[in-house]
Amino acid sequence: MKKREPVLVANGQGFWGDSLLGPIRLVREGPLDYLTLDYLAEVTMSIMQKQRARKPDAGYATDFVRMLERVMPELVKKNIRVVANAGGVNPQACMKAVLAAIEKQGIRGVKVGIVEGDDILGQLDELLASGEKLANMDTGAPLSSVRASVTSANVYMSAFPIAEALDQGAQIVITGRGTDPGLVLGPLIHEYGWKKTDYDLLAAGTVAGHIVECGAQCTGGNFSDWQRVPDMARIGYPIVEAYADGSFVITKHAGTGGVIDLATVTHQLAYEMGDPRAYLGPDCSADFTSFALEQEGKDRVRVRGVRGHKPTDTFKVSISYEDGWKAVGQLTISGPDALAKARLCAEIVWKRLELDGCKYADSEKLVEFVGANVCHAGIESAERNDPGEVVLRLGVKGRDKERIERFGYELVPLVTSGPPGVTGFAGGRPHATEIIGFWPALVSKPRITPKVTVVSAGGS
Amino acid sequence: MALVPLSRIAMARSGDKGEGSNVGVIARSDAAYRFLKRELTSERVRQHMRAINHGPVKRHEADNMRLLNFLLHDSLGGGGSASLKTDAQGKTHGLALLRLVLDVPPDILEATPAP
Repeated sequence: MKKREPVLVANGQGFWGDSLLGPIRLVREGPLDYLTLDYLAEVTMSIMQKQRARKPDAGYATDFVRMLERVMPELVKKNIRVVANAGGVNPQACMKAVLAAIEKQGIRGVKVGIVEGDDILGQLDELLASGEKLANMDTGAPLSSVRASVTSANVYMSAFPIAEALDQGAQIVITGRGTDPGLVLGPLIHEYGWKKTDYDLLAAGTVAGHIVECGAQCTGGNFSDWQRVPDMARIGYPIVEAYADGSFVITKHAGTGGVIDLATVTHQLAYEMGDPRAYLGPDCSADFTSFALEQEGKDRVRVRGVRGHKPTDTFKVSISYEDGWKAVGQLTISGPDALAKARLCAEIVWKRLELDGCKYADSEKLVEFVGANVCHAGIESAERNDPGEVVLRLGVKGRDKERIERFGYELVPLVTSGPPGVTGFAGGRPHATEIIGFWPALVSKPRITPKVTVVSAGGS
Repeated sequence: MALVPLSRIAMARSGDKGEGSNVGVIARSDAAYRFLKRELTSERVRQHMRAINHGPVKRHEADNMRLLNFLLHDSLGGGGSASLKTDAQGKTHGLALLRLVLDVPPDILEATPAP
């Protein structure tokens, strides 16, 4: 079979909560072969497990189904395939909802695939018993120290099962946890038949995936020289124009806002970067110092020469656990003397709590004067005197929920029992919310078995 | 020599990395990159960010992108949802580092287009 070149793979959703317009505009505003969407964050998996515990058909990204409802006819007409990690902790329920949404529109024969096997919450004890340590990668602590509080455990899966679902004809592929770059790498493996030992090619797909994984963060969003980014309201979402030899161009649809050049692409390459020589993933280790970037036209940056190496023999596991409680509240305090009065307010809150026997250690509490250089604390050139107003943000955290809840009662009263100019208590009393701890760990690859299922909407 | 903020000769992107953050500093010219490789040490960054980051700072280099990547190991007040800070993900740490004032030789300024 002749390979088609190039293949256009876009990312329309950079994170849980990204703009709804991203994917819809990508489908409508120009040519496209694949639309990838990232819906998962570490905290998301924990929330989804809780949703599923309450309701067996919940625990996936419902936004994804609503988005598909809006663009499904166009996806079919233009034969655009979709790869999304919208399955969360319940890919089967997500598939069911997607099939129902497709059938409701009278569309038949569309194949929907799921990739499972990443969710190891139910196998944790078995894995521990078999000798897997699942120790915290940052601290080395054994999982047993938090085992009873674990709320989710998911493996960052390989991109090959995504390719397998596409090989089986799925137009929509829904996964649970995988790496973000894998959403792009999967389609390229499928299109070009890359093998598990093609480390340079797999690394090229990984680098491409990394550049687009945060959506508009490579097309002029969150960019140092923001003043020169045109039409940010209609910012274009990124597209990988990929070739079989592993080279690719980062581009966007003509007429959209934003800009793609060496600077915007390099910004995203630096995002969440550790050691650039060893970007570790399930399918390869990519060398981010190996390739060359070249501006080859307006809003077109070509990347070539990516080198990769053999991956490790473990998968990364993302484990979340209940790690105490926290509450944060805020008030706005006007001038004159805004900062002095805000400092007084903070002092009053802590003192009143102490009068009632509720004392927090320094490591358990937060005081911020937003507007008086909170973000760039201690940096001289950013210090300002006497701002027009400041937002006082106070917060506490700890193991005892009642102590955290108690704090919330002492903030709003300052409106009538503190210095003048205190306002902005929107949202009322701050309440205790759960802290979700994050526990990165490793698991031996043979312990994990991916499962790919593909079915047709409305029968085949 | 002229005192200028780092933003005159470099750009930056930052984000969270476990209980710390990373700041990628991208030089605006080859000359600026050579200068920064020499002057913008981990120690200098650690000093500048000491009220934000309470841990060590490690520097990595990627010459192909004129990139110096700094890992700030304890800059988020606890990782993920355990942080109480406004900037719990280190999104503003890049701009904080770009405020660093440096003594830059005129030939490097000349070779480096201003933003």
